[in-house]
Amino acid sequence: MNEQSIVVESGPEPPPARVNLAEDFRASGVAEILEELDRELIGLAPVKKRIRETAALLLVDRARQKLGLAHDTPTLHMSFTGNPGVGKTTVALKMAGLLHRLGYVRKGHLVSVTRDDLVGQYIGHTAPKTREVLKKAMGGVLFIDEAYYLYKPDNERDYGQEAIEILLQVMENHRDDLVVILAGYADRMDRFFASNPGFRSRIAHHIEFPDYTDEELLRIAASMLEQQQYMFDDEGFAAMRDYIAARKKLPHFANARSIRNALDRARLRHANRLFEEAGPVDAASLSTITEGDIRASRVFEGGLAHERGEAR
Amino acid sequence: MRITQGCFSFLPDLDDDQIKRQIEYCLGNDWAIGVEYTDDPHPRNTYWEMWSQPMFDLRDAAGVMMELNACRKAFPDSYIKLNAFDSTRGFETIRMSFMVQRPKVEPKFLMTRTEGNGRAVHVTLTEAR
Repeated sequence: MNEQSIVVESGPEPPPARVNLAEDFRASGVAEILEELDRELIGLAPVKKRIRETAALLLVDRARQKLGLAHDTPTLHMSFTGNPGVGKTTVALKMAGLLHRLGYVRKGHLVSVTRDDLVGQYIGHTAPKTREVLKKAMGGVLFIDEAYYLYKPDNERDYGQEAIEILLQVMENHRDDLVVILAGYADRMDRFFASNPGFRSRIAHHIEFPDYTDEELLRIAASMLEQQQYMFDDEGFAAMRDYIAARKKLPHFANARSIRNALDRARLRHANRLFEEAGPVDAASLSTITEGDIRASRVFEGGLAHERGEAR
Repeated sequence: MRITQGCFSFLPDLDDDQIKRQIEYCLGNDWAIGVEYTDDPHPRNTYWEMWSQPMFDLRDAAGVMMELNACRKAFPDSYIKLNAFDSTRGFETIRMSFMVQRPKVEPKFLMTRTEGNGRAVHVTLTEAR
């Protein structure tokens, strides 16, 4: 007998027998975000890998839910650690979009705060302030930059502790309503987690942001200029390569942020040069950064400290 | 006596899910929501107590529900309503207001009529528990 009898049950609709993951992946729009991430962010391979893995986990979790298999709402709170200027905020923004498309946050907006936005200045000021921020972040992602400043071990009366307690409580009770991302420098974050074990256990995803290589920084510089409709000529490009190598040796190097500042200063010199030349200008000369604009930087002479005559 | 006020006063009490959807509607219109409570529902009592401050720049109903639940916990036996304030120029007023909690035992109101000059009638409502 090859006849099958189909029993139609009344009541809730039975779960589908199978879910097409690839179809789900396409329909959710996650692919676009991942592509955007690949296209817009240079380097950061381990970060991209982690985000892909997280997206896969969440898709599978969602498929399990559809098939009626056991599932918990996964803990999505994250910590992003890395040096300044490696793209933590940018990735957080993408993460908010990703979680929104997968349906893990309802609105998908990013609220970016620091200690000042959470901690009050007098007794009784902190709790309402923190709650205010949390309410605004509901349905989206709360990004706490330099989270370790919340905890000041040398001052036990510091109001930061109060903000931490409220945060922990909301992270636990409102897991469906918001995702918290803590960000900061790796070593300080480690110390922060060591003294606040509550945070460590509530955060499932620790993502490390590596520093950019010289080659990546050069590509970042080129793409930054392209966005502003400027470009390097060949000598300018070579000068930028030397600049990056020289700048990396100086203190307070902040990866992409330093590059952005360097380019801003190069544009300043470029504008001045055009002004002093006082001839007619065309579109090409208005948008070409040349060797001289970069080489004039004091980074090549050893930076500010050298200029002030300080012993290094 | 069942006190009614504001929107949906002709409907049965809203449950949390329905409240959430009304809040979403308000937030979708960029209205700021305030929670207010009172134990004196007399119709002439226009000013209820504010529970914390009106909430601007919210994106999701969960934030309002958090405050509402905190208020319910602190005043389980009071009237609570939500007001949605529209800051658009020309409106600058409450656009929507509805009750979200009432006490188990509601007060009664006794109506007293007093004869005045020229057969004018003055009506007074007095609360009687």
